[in-house]
Amino acid sequence: MKPRVVIVGGGAAGMAAALRLESRGVEPVIVEREEVTGGKVRNWHKLFPTFTPAEEVLEPLCRGIVERGIECRTGVSVEAVSADGVVLAGGERVEADAVVVATGFTLFDAHRKQEYGYGIYDNVVTSADLEQMMNRGSVRLADGSAPRRIAILHCVGSRDEKVCQSHCSKVCCITGVKQAIELKKMFPEADVFNFYMDIRMFGPGYEELYREAQQSYNIHFVRGRISEASPTINGRIQIKAEDTLTGRPLKMSIDMLVLLVGMRANDDNASLAASAGLALAPNGFMQNKDPFTGAVRSQREGIFYAGAVTAPKSLADTLAEASMAADAVVDYLNADRR
Amino acid sequence: MKRASWQEYQKDIADDKYYYARSCIRQNFFPGSERAFLDILRNDLGRNVMDDPMHTSCTGIGYHSDVVPLETIMTVVARQFALMGEAGYENFISSCITSFGIYTEILNTWEEFPETEERTREYLYKATGRELVKPRSLAHTSDIVFHFRDEIARKAKRKLVNVYTGRPLRVVEHIGCHYAKIFPKKGIGGSEFPYVLAGMIESWGGEVVDYPERRHCCGFGFRQYLVQANRGYSIANTQKKLESMSPYKPDFIVANCPGCSMFLDKWQYAIAEMEGTTYGPDGQGIPVLTYEEMAGLVLGYDPWELGMQMHQVDVEPLLDKMGVEYDPAAKYLGRDGRYIGKPERAAVNNGCQRAIYDIKL
Repeated sequence: MKPRVVIVGGGAAGMAAALRLESRGVEPVIVEREEVTGGKVRNWHKLFPTFTPAEEVLEPLCRGIVERGIECRTGVSVEAVSADGVVLAGGERVEADAVVVATGFTLFDAHRKQEYGYGIYDNVVTSADLEQMMNRGSVRLADGSAPRRIAILHCVGSRDEKVCQSHCSKVCCITGVKQAIELKKMFPEADVFNFYMDIRMFGPGYEELYREAQQSYNIHFVRGRISEASPTINGRIQIKAEDTLTGRPLKMSIDMLVLLVGMRANDDNASLAASAGLALAPNGFMQNKDPFTGAVRSQREGIFYAGAVTAPKSLADTLAEASMAADAVVDYLNADRR
Repeated sequence: MKRASWQEYQKDIADDKYYYARSCIRQNFFPGSERAFLDILRNDLGRNVMDDPMHTSCTGIGYHSDVVPLETIMTVVARQFALMGEAGYENFISSCITSFGIYTEILNTWEEFPETEERTREYLYKATGRELVKPRSLAHTSDIVFHFRDEIARKAKRKLVNVYTGRPLRVVEHIGCHYAKIFPKKGIGGSEFPYVLAGMIESWGGEVVDYPERRHCCGFGFRQYLVQANRGYSIANTQKKLESMSPYKPDFIVANCPGCSMFLDKWQYAIAEMEGTTYGPDGQGIPVLTYEEMAGLVLGYDPWELGMQMHQVDVEPLLDKMGVEYDPAAKYLGRDGRYIGKPERAAVNNGCQRAIYDIKL
């Protein structure tokens, strides 16, 4: 009889871990809170830095789950985890030989940064909203016209102690560069500005894309945070910022403000951690056993982590970690059998 | 203006039995407003308000000017609270925004650092023999008027509506920086989209104007105004706001801070005299009201009883728009009915050539 592993979360990490486990002779069971699997990637348009359609990465994962007959319980949330199974909302217990927690992250709610007027002013959107607009093929202002000047603001809900999010979300900088290029391709006549604190181009091809954005697309990068957004009398948005490289304040009217929302820890991380005696990092993400030798292990034997549940990660890192987690689970199960 | 967030910022506002702390600036420049607040609360709304002659300045101006140390202002504030307790009240309300900010800051400091509260208790007892009693609730007086805005609307004699056009009056609301910019949770609507004045305006039939520099400081700023060499900063800030709001053609400005009411009004006089620029219709200024004056007009008070003759920018054009009946000749009569003299003609009230209001965008 195959060993059984419950994977909490049916996003990219959960599905990738399930496929790897299945190929190594384990019976995975995915439990997903949403009605469909795919997680946040399902709503993404293209992926940095290659502009690969998100669908091209997600579709093989979803297809593999179906083709290999992996059990997938959707629309069910998990209330407690332990090394030998999980308890679902409603009290049902699903037994397992190990558990992988792959519940990912929560997008920062841009309403909390009220100074930017998200939900108040038309044409203030988040990076996630923009991806969905691009998926629908309808990047337009509220009045249906094309934007002539666009500002993209980095670090909304990241590196911001005022909203208790001190960590860097890691992927927003390159997302800002990617979205700026996409917008420039859509609206070649538009001016696109990125307002940033630091540009953190840590991944392969990122720095090159950042340079290309400036050299080939004439995208402007201003080192300074926007302090507030306000409406103008002709329906545009006025932003104020300080260009910290020139040391001068600036005020500009724009048509669209894109807020690069960060990745924050899930609200239910604390209850999940408490249910199994797991540790939380200071930023609320799950704390892995060791950052070097136990990145996918928890403090409890038999409970593993995959993906952004432990920290903000790119999709590439998430998928790599999912395989790593699956291999660690197999090692654990084999050791147990011996 | 579209708002989504103000209801997230609520606070406990007592319904009755208030201990009232006056404002140093308002007693001098807007004495009618403080009087109107007491009249509205007591006579129109039937509430109990203690107006205590024993209380002093909170010393906030000195504190923000670095001449009053923190320990001193804490002890002065503790004395105000002690007086409240001795009078048998527990709901402290402040007429001044700076004071409100200071009371809020000190109560929070005592909560975060209990040892500072103990030290203050000791200083207070040694200096005055009094015992500190912390208030059950703390509110600014604009919070109180906001709290009763619907009751005032039900008793209203007139609305914030242009009687000639039937359209809502367009109102710029300006919130004092110390109301919620320091402690957003202590202000109705928070710091970015405060609702304390907007709620009154909407309840009484007006329309709130949002404009690019809505959140900008009026420019008062103790260090900007008290240091004569810095006053250019003060007037420049006011000018920035006026230029930003003028294209929206507001009928009046309402503020909940003593300094803002004063400077948004009086700097209009200065700008008109210095540059010949005005920001209201017909080359005139934009009237600046306190929220008590706005409430008083809605409730049918006589504008001169409200002290509106103290304004630098004439309020008569606004009174006419609202259909307020008033005796023009009574404007310059003192409380005893005697003529107190008329000020010199001012450019801000007599039409200027450079009227931003009429610039077409």
